[in-house]
Amino acid sequence: MFEIIKQPWPWYVAGPVIGLTVPALLILGNKSFGISSSLRHVCAMCLPGNISFFKYDWKKELWNMFFVLGIFFGGVIAVNFFANPGPVQVNQELIRELHQYGITDFSSLLPVDMVSWEKLLTWPGFIMMVGGGFLVGFGARYAGGCTSGHAIMGLSTLQWPSLVATVCFMIGGFVMANWILPWILML
Amino acid sequence: MQNWPANSMLQNEHEIRATDAICINESEKQHQWYYNLKYLLVGLVFGILFVKAEVISWFRIQEMFRLQSFHMYGIIGSAVVVGMVSVWLIKRFQIKTIHGERITFTDKKFNKGQIYGGLLFGLGWGLTGACPGPLFAQIGIGATVVLVTLLSAIAGTWVYGRFRENLPH
Repeated sequence: MFEIIKQPWPWYVAGPVIGLTVPALLILGNKSFGISSSLRHVCAMCLPGNISFFKYDWKKELWNMFFVLGIFFGGVIAVNFFANPGPVQVNQELIRELHQYGITDFSSLLPVDMVSWEKLLTWPGFIMMVGGGFLVGFGARYAGGCTSGHAIMGLSTLQWPSLVATVCFMIGGFVMANWILPWILML
Repeated sequence: MQNWPANSMLQNEHEIRATDAICINESEKQHQWYYNLKYLLVGLVFGILFVKAEVISWFRIQEMFRLQSFHMYGIIGSAVVVGMVSVWLIKRFQIKTIHGERITFTDKKFNKGQIYGGLLFGLGWGLTGACPGPLFAQIGIGATVVLVTLLSAIAGTWVYGRFRENLPH
């Protein structure tokens, strides 16, 4: 049994359980599933300035901070107690492509050849971590939600603006991964 | 009528909080802070799933955007189906929260931000290989450098808030 838990879990197990987060949060306290809002609450808590967008009672949204703290600890538990054995499974074609850019380490869930403290001040590392993070935060709020809020919660409640947002997420990702990222990795 | 100004202030506060956000449902009940621990528990399960199903893997996200694997499509697709059925059941049987409150849903209004912001978010997602949720889990598995990505995402959120009025919506 424990050996099964230690293997990577297939999509048809993980997907439905992730989907169950939607009713779980609703039934526990009438909370809509959304993660990027936590970033906004941090702004509201720490640096609201004189910006009306951040002037609200963040204490009412504290549950969201507990939720993301839980995700963090989930990562800690998973990696310490039942980490996947062996390297991550990666498509052969992708491995070939990444080799061209000097990404040869597939032992971690992250490409440690590019994403590490040592690489932070190289162009690819800086663009991927600092630039990518900025786009994720800025874009998620501009769109009014991220993958959880729009793609999962929004589509579950049949909101067509969420479908628009989800399609745009995918377009952005396709453009980046296929046409822009290769250039960045060669810098 | 006496508490009208207080009500309108509360209304205004709620509207600010609801702007550009999905999760605005809230409880009318006052609870102690430790009631929030149940959300930490849900997050915990969620975080473990993220790691075990390799959702937080940069490589998995690259495969998805290159159409090289069905894995992520399967996860998001089946999550949406389960979410849809659950929401339908909650509405159909008027299921209440464990504290006996009615479960409410707010309709999302369309604005151009969902297009512009969505595209920008997608570009960022393709770079970091992580949307906001996985960022927290990546830090949890010991990739401390992702703290930089997270701080940058918070900075991005702040800059959006600062220039919100100047952006097309």
